[in-house]
Amino acid sequence: MNVWAIHALNGVSFGMLLFLLAAGLSLIYGLMKILNLTHGSYYLLGGYIGLTVVRATGSFLLAVAVASVSVAIIGALMERFFLRRFHLQELPQTLLTFGFLFIFADLALWIWGGNPQTMPKPEAFGHSVQLGAITYPSYRLFIIGIGLVVGVLLWWFQEGTRAGAMLRAGVDDEEIARALGINVSLLFTLVFALGAFLAALGGVLGGPIMGVYPGADFEVLLLGFVVVIIGGLGSLKGALVGGLVVGLLDNFGKVFFPEFALFTIFVPMALILAVRPTGLFGRE
Amino acid sequence: MSEPAPIHTRPWIAAGSLAGILLALALPYLLSSYYLGLVIKMVIFALFAMSLDLLIGYTGLASLGHAAYFGVAAYATGLVALRLGWNVWLALPAGMLMAALTGALFGLLALRARGSYFLMITLALSQVLWGIAFGWRSLTGGDDGLPDVPRPDLGLPWSLTDNTPFYYFVLVIAGVAAFLLIRIVNSPFGYALRGVRESETRMLALGYNVWRYKYVSFVLASVFAGLAGCLYVYFNRFVSPDYVHVVRSAEVLLMVILGGAGSLIGPAIGAALIVLFENVVSAHTERWLMVLGFVYVIVTLYAPRGLTGLVQDFRKRSARP
Repeated sequence: MNVWAIHALNGVSFGMLLFLLAAGLSLIYGLMKILNLTHGSYYLLGGYIGLTVVRATGSFLLAVAVASVSVAIIGALMERFFLRRFHLQELPQTLLTFGFLFIFADLALWIWGGNPQTMPKPEAFGHSVQLGAITYPSYRLFIIGIGLVVGVLLWWFQEGTRAGAMLRAGVDDEEIARALGINVSLLFTLVFALGAFLAALGGVLGGPIMGVYPGADFEVLLLGFVVVIIGGLGSLKGALVGGLVVGLLDNFGKVFFPEFALFTIFVPMALILAVRPTGLFGRE
Repeated sequence: MSEPAPIHTRPWIAAGSLAGILLALALPYLLSSYYLGLVIKMVIFALFAMSLDLLIGYTGLASLGHAAYFGVAAYATGLVALRLGWNVWLALPAGMLMAALTGALFGLLALRARGSYFLMITLALSQVLWGIAFGWRSLTGGDDGLPDVPRPDLGLPWSLTDNTPFYYFVLVIAGVAAFLLIRIVNSPFGYALRGVRESETRMLALGYNVWRYKYVSFVLASVFAGLAGCLYVYFNRFVSPDYVHVVRSAEVLLMVILGGAGSLIGPAIGAALIVLFENVVSAHTERWLMVLGFVYVIVTLYAPRGLTGLVQDFRKRSARP
């Protein structure tokens, strides 16, 4: 029983990391209709930059800030100087992000080498806590907390702020939004930066539990895709529900069928596609 | 997306083809074994790229996971040749059958969706296969792969472990496959695919079963990709998870885009160029992946319709007074 609870909590904490990743993927797609294949790279770069900052300064908080902000800038630059040229042209945009995926993957390998590395946990969350009958690492609970906070903030941003209203207007009808005087171009860059920020945040936070290693970009990109395929592209709720579903399935899959770990996420993805091709909360 | 000219209207195309065929036949006597190996790789990847062009160029479906069918067929051929000792006349169809079955299953799922979902699903499905190739060690050997796959034994006096007879073997099979692909895209079926590419709704209104055309095209493309995978495992005598990896899918996609989708010959030339380029780059640096990424960005920015597109633009410009 206790083992089950621990696996479930592990799944939920990983699911929260996937939520951070998929939320950005989904926001970007929702507004700009860009399928961003570089999103996994933002996660990877976030992890590596965070690692470098932690080693240099010893401050986890600083690592989170520097990694997320610098990757957000990378995202903004990509949108502003490359993707914008191909507005609403699906294939060229996808090809561009495909190219950047390889550039960043190789760049990271070049700078940080091929060996998997582990990020030290922040000191405040280095211990375990007693949860009823089980002892559980507090760091993973911290990740779950962060995921929930980000989820609430994003929801409040979308539904409760002026910028969020502009965002929703841009999603619903870009031309009318422009005609109303909303600076949609700026909105594009900001949302892209926000997506990159969230992915990099996931990369830093995931560092202490998943490690930072070459190939993580492809891995989380795949999982992020499965999350939005299940949850539906463009939906925040879908990213959260999909993230939790995939996080739990991935975790239990690795425990019970280590040779077929990916198969446990493949089957539900296939089922969703058969029943609802646009995902649980997606709209066509 | 240009239509190839009918062969009888352009005598110089026929003459050029003849010269090309003669050159292809003479190559083993002109090149060292090393460079002949490179040419074999070009031929195999030309077939692989042409199979993807059937999807992208003629059906309008850009698959980001085309290595799945290439890799599945390579593993199937390698496994039956190694474990069961099947000869090439059984192993090759076995590989193509596996590619067809995989394409039939993945096509059912991927064609449920369109646009970005289609891109995502094709990529995700191929990565699932990569995960299985990597994780199922008892069958696939994990990241060590399957070494020592024997070259085909055709029962002829020449051993195919030598690159020269193996080159002719690949040339004949790839040539037949290319001929079939050309026949397919120029058949009524091929014209219906072009119709689907241009406007699904119009084809629906005309009474075409659009889904069935897309599905058949998807499975056909998988089978031809699978054939390329079978040839490649015999060539390398080795198969590893790299065969299924997204980088492999990205390479073949770039071959199609660089050559120019929708012409078959363009992607074949694109394949030869990328194979040659990879060979040159890898001799000087280990940063092939980064170079591949930059080529992607440059091609997208400056030659989005590929080399055939550039040639067309050039002709249009020079035709103007």
